[in-house]
Amino acid sequence: MTADAPLLEVDGVSKRFGPVQALDRADFEVHSGEVVGLVGDNGAGKSTLVKTIAGIHSPDGGGIRFDGERVSISRPQDATALGIATVYQDLALCDNLDVVANLFLGREEVSPGAGGVSRQLDEARMEHQTEELLSGLAVTIPSLRGEVGTLSGGQRQQVAVARSLLGEPRVVLLDEPTAALGVAQTAQVLDLIRRLRERGLGVVMISHNLVDVFEVADRIVVLRLGRSAGEFDAEATTEEHVVSAITGADSREKTQ
Amino acid sequence: MSAATESARAPAPSPHTETLRRFIQGDLASLRVVLGLAVIWIIFQTQNDRFLSAENLTNLMLQITAVGLISIGVVYVLLLGEIDLSVGAVSGLAAAVVAVLNVKHGWNPYLAIVAGVATGMAIGVLQGFLFSRFGVPSFVVTLAGLLAWQGALLQVLGSTGSLNINDPKITGLANTFYSDTVGWIVAALVIALYAGVVLVGHRRRVATGLAGEGLAGQVLRVALVAAVTIVVVAILNSDRGLPLALLILLAFIVGMEYVAKRTRFGRHIYAVGGNIEAARRAGIGIDRVRVAAFGIAGTMAAIGGIFAASRLLAVNQNSGGSELLLLAIAGPVIAGTSLFGGRGAVWTALLGALVIGSISNGMDLLALSSAVKFMVTGGVLLLAVIVDAIARQQRQAAGRI
Repeated sequence: MTADAPLLEVDGVSKRFGPVQALDRADFEVHSGEVVGLVGDNGAGKSTLVKTIAGIHSPDGGGIRFDGERVSISRPQDATALGIATVYQDLALCDNLDVVANLFLGREEVSPGAGGVSRQLDEARMEHQTEELLSGLAVTIPSLRGEVGTLSGGQRQQVAVARSLLGEPRVVLLDEPTAALGVAQTAQVLDLIRRLRERGLGVVMISHNLVDVFEVADRIVVLRLGRSAGEFDAEATTEEHVVSAITGADSREKTQ
Repeated sequence: MSAATESARAPAPSPHTETLRRFIQGDLASLRVVLGLAVIWIIFQTQNDRFLSAENLTNLMLQITAVGLISIGVVYVLLLGEIDLSVGAVSGLAAAVVAVLNVKHGWNPYLAIVAGVATGMAIGVLQGFLFSRFGVPSFVVTLAGLLAWQGALLQVLGSTGSLNINDPKITGLANTFYSDTVGWIVAALVIALYAGVVLVGHRRRVATGLAGEGLAGQVLRVALVAAVTIVVVAILNSDRGLPLALLILLAFIVGMEYVAKRTRFGRHIYAVGGNIEAARRAGIGIDRVRVAAFGIAGTMAAIGGIFAASRLLAVNQNSGGSELLLLAIAGPVIAGTSLFGGRGAVWTALLGALVIGSISNGMDLLALSSAVKFMVTGGVLLLAVIVDAIARQQRQAAGRI
């Protein structure tokens, strides 16, 4: 899409789990202000690739460049420090806590002044920031003080995405953000992804659902058996082409 | 905002149905228990009109202090979704440490108390460490603790098996009553403090640009607290006066509720109990939180044990034994702290102790046997746990796992 250098570039990354070659010299890149759909069959290596970028797995070979610089991501904290945020499929929300508490989990703000001595949480400030963040993303939640467990699947997904933005990342990795969502909720989440792109973030979206991917992605990268098996301009290709790349039915589709 | 988002916005439920739903699903479990407590009081009052007398209510307050203090620590462990079976034994051991140091070794009473509390804290931290370091279920670690600390109690007490406490500083903990004047001053301070907290909280919200709570709500809350405080002090004053023990229990309830609800540490306790994986990914030090929670449980058990000894004026081989442990765990659960972790509040320790204490006290007044007492208390606990489980099932059915 964009002509400038990629924000995140995965260069020939391999990862082996015992006898299983999960990633085999996979290549992949994302620019700022771009949504990349990462698709592939079960076991194609999508999740492994994302976990490698997120610092959960360390690659056996190949390398990752961020902003053109070669980086080593060996822990999740490394990824976070670079500005890579990940939203996993299970969302990792505490259903017993409210929206504000979930958003700020692990980075709660403490009151200034007298409140700071008693280590009092600055609830008002956190709620205010939550309100600003969510309204900036046009996310509507019935009550910021309601338990996250009471929210719909789409709202929970939006809360999880919004939380990942608190660290002001430059790349957001979304693992199956629309799985198990209804039509209206999927539309909400896809809208949110578009707004992330408008903010200039690089978005990587893993999905099984090609309709959703075509709906929102600028570029589609196909993984097959741990290898990059095709890269498509979402505007210029059809679902059939992508499917045949996923299944390996037509190996001529390799790149454009 | 696009049309799609607009149309997909969840309709906000009306306040009435929302309150009703939460009541059924157990978010307002505490209110349900307050109603239950009222029913219990009415039943006993109709059976024996001395039940609600100032003298008996003062006795009730003194009876629940030790269990209530121990339950505060239990709540922290329950919030993690864990359990501490050793709190009874720890309370007995800590009391024995205080008694032996003070009576046999002539230690200054305050130093002896500090040593007793430190014993409880060290035990709690040790158990928390064993639990989180080796991944042994907390049930097993603390069950082993239950046995070991009971043995330690016998060891510390030595051949005498019983020690009478004469030091007025120690016995004074459970046997000091303040004059009417002091009682009213405390009441005024409590009300002023609460009103101040509500006002400051409101100011801060408005200053940050958030919608403040309505004036009616604030006034209602302050009025409610004021009314309860005044009634309680009036009742206590018409008997022996405000007991020091109650003051200390309430101070711990308020302080530990503050820690649980208003501090980062407390937030992390709820997070670990709610979804441990989410807490870990949020960078919360799970082990640190666990060790601290068990440390608090041990500390509060020791403090409760020292109050029990102060009230009994002695420590013996049964200290911290029999039903104390079960009541200390049953109380918060009856009052709405979930055994499954992540849900509950410190003040359920007080509410639960009141429920159990009222049942026990009322049946004593009716001269019912221990057999009946145990069976009724057991029935109430079972009922409470079933209600908790049903509330959980309904949350799950509603997609709120």
